[in-house]
Amino acid sequence: MNTMNNSVEIKNLDLQFGAVKVLQDLNLDIGKGEFLVLLGSSGCGKSTLLNCIAGLLDVTAGQIHINDTNVTWTEPSERGIGMVFQSYALYPQMTVEGNLSFGLKNAKLPKAEIAKRVKHASEILQIEPLLKRKPAALSGGQRQRVAIGRALVRDVDVFLFDEPLSNLDAKLRADLRVEIKRLHQRLENTMIYVTHDQIEAMTLADRIAIMRGGQIMQLGSPDDIYGRPVNKYVAGFIGSPSMNFFDGAIKGGAFTTGDLTIPLTGYDFASGGAVDGPATLGIRPEHVVTGELVDNAPVKVDVGVELIEPTGSDKLIDCQVAGRHFRVRMDGQADVAVGQKLRIGFDPGRASLFDAATEERL
Amino acid sequence: MADASTNALSGPQGPKPRKMLSRRNIFLYGTLFVITVYYALPLYVMIVTSLKGMPEIRLGNVFSPPVEVTFQPWVKAWSEACTGLTCNGLSTGFWNSVQITIPSVILSIMIASVNGYALANWKFKGADIFFTILIFGAFIPYQVMLYPIVIILREIGLYGSLGGLVLVHTIFGMPILTLLFRNYFTSLPEELFKAARVDGAGFWGIYFRIMVPMSLPIFTVAMILQVTGIWNDFLFGVVYTGPETYPMTVSLNNIVNSTQGVKEYNVNMAATLLTGLVPLLIYFVSGRLFVRGIAAGAVKG
Repeated sequence: MNTMNNSVEIKNLDLQFGAVKVLQDLNLDIGKGEFLVLLGSSGCGKSTLLNCIAGLLDVTAGQIHINDTNVTWTEPSERGIGMVFQSYALYPQMTVEGNLSFGLKNAKLPKAEIAKRVKHASEILQIEPLLKRKPAALSGGQRQRVAIGRALVRDVDVFLFDEPLSNLDAKLRADLRVEIKRLHQRLENTMIYVTHDQIEAMTLADRIAIMRGGQIMQLGSPDDIYGRPVNKYVAGFIGSPSMNFFDGAIKGGAFTTGDLTIPLTGYDFASGGAVDGPATLGIRPEHVVTGELVDNAPVKVDVGVELIEPTGSDKLIDCQVAGRHFRVRMDGQADVAVGQKLRIGFDPGRASLFDAATEERL
Repeated sequence: MADASTNALSGPQGPKPRKMLSRRNIFLYGTLFVITVYYALPLYVMIVTSLKGMPEIRLGNVFSPPVEVTFQPWVKAWSEACTGLTCNGLSTGFWNSVQITIPSVILSIMIASVNGYALANWKFKGADIFFTILIFGAFIPYQVMLYPIVIILREIGLYGSLGGLVLVHTIFGMPILTLLFRNYFTSLPEELFKAARVDGAGFWGIYFRIMVPMSLPIFTVAMILQVTGIWNDFLFGVVYTGPETYPMTVSLNNIVNSTQGVKEYNVNMAATLLTGLVPLLIYFVSGRLFVRGIAAGAVKG
């Protein structure tokens, strides 16, 4: 990639707290105007990475470049970033207006310019009626809007979001998610967004970086990550309900587990062709078909329904395939009952195969 | 069912009735009453005695209210009672104490709050060691330090002056106050500090504009602790000051313990009450903030 097009570049980044390595030799290039989501379970180092980019943590080794300037030793306020925190972090003793203008006053901007920027940001975020209020008099959604506004007035190229929606209730979270996406389309800034919520990650991101143990496991578009996970961890992490796994072996172009043999024609191997050996096959519950569609599926299995979890839009069916617990997603209107026999089918072309030892994608 | 709502419900309903004279209540209020009397009685005796004349006191009825109320003992305690050679009462000591307490309280709180803030938010090299040493200071008995400090004060020319005592109080307030402020600042959300840094505020900018405005309760606690501690201090006062600069507690001691002539109990009581008035006032004015501040500093950590 041409370096001129990158907004943020992270080079060989290490971070240690005492003997604990939180980030290890991490490299990441983020393009101008890109929406990158750092996704991972807690303790994977995603927030730490964001704090390093912001300059709130000193790195142990490596470099951070923002807009082609090495900012590794630069103060947070001079890096050209704005940051939004999970707990909003609004200054409680200042009004909304005071919160928005605090950074600009510190930068000693002229009064007219400050007023202009505060007005502009509050128009975009529709918080104009709240300007004279204190944060304590705002609802959670309004507070987070003000927090976003505080990043907005800084007029910077890179926005950092540290789990900004985690403290909100489900409905508000969905609303603000859409607003953040709109904001990104309108401003075309680079945005780096940390979350543990895969729905947020999938809906917002241009690219997702899945992190684990201080390293990036997979970096790719949401489609890539969902459709072609690079290893078993990513496959199990992305998707809800999570993927069904079978331990078995590949032999002569087919996958065998228990009494079930699945032909692997149509599977797109990462490294040329099928190699015999132990492997794990993963199939997503939503890629399993039922009813008339089974006739066209390359693999067909008869199962007994053990448990039904209706969610309104879907019904999740628990059953046994080849002696393993298996979940199928059916339409919410589907007519099934516990104990009923069901014929299901799936296409190995949409499945994922992993090496049993390394857990890497085959 | 329609008629169910009109019919009275049977069986227990609504709040459970509680007896006023349950065994629990009798025990609780009985204990509280006994303890209240235990603490309030001496105060009562002090007040009534201070309002009696000496002839009435000699009758020996300690608990009886004054027959003839007189404020003469209070006047005498304030301005006429003799301490050694001078007979100025407590007034000199009072003004000395004011001159000692105010700068000591302000100085120690200013320095300790910045210390606590730096320790809580700016993790500098050696911060932990610095903090450990500081806390260790809280456990060193004062008596051990008395003589070394006499020498230090003499060498820097502050021995016997109010300034010297202010310095001593400021230093000895450091460990506990720093701990107090550090714990409070640690309990404030770290993200606020981070947000302020992204907003370009520096060490002092964050301290004055973000931290101090959020810390009224803990500043009140520190103020009460320091005012009471320094006002009530006797040991440092008697060691590091001379007769001209004795604080009020030392003057009080000199009045009460003077061995010449008759013991004027009414004057002694009035003098003691006068001396205790300042911490009492401080506590009544800011007591509610005090409790809130202690809780805020202690629970979240």
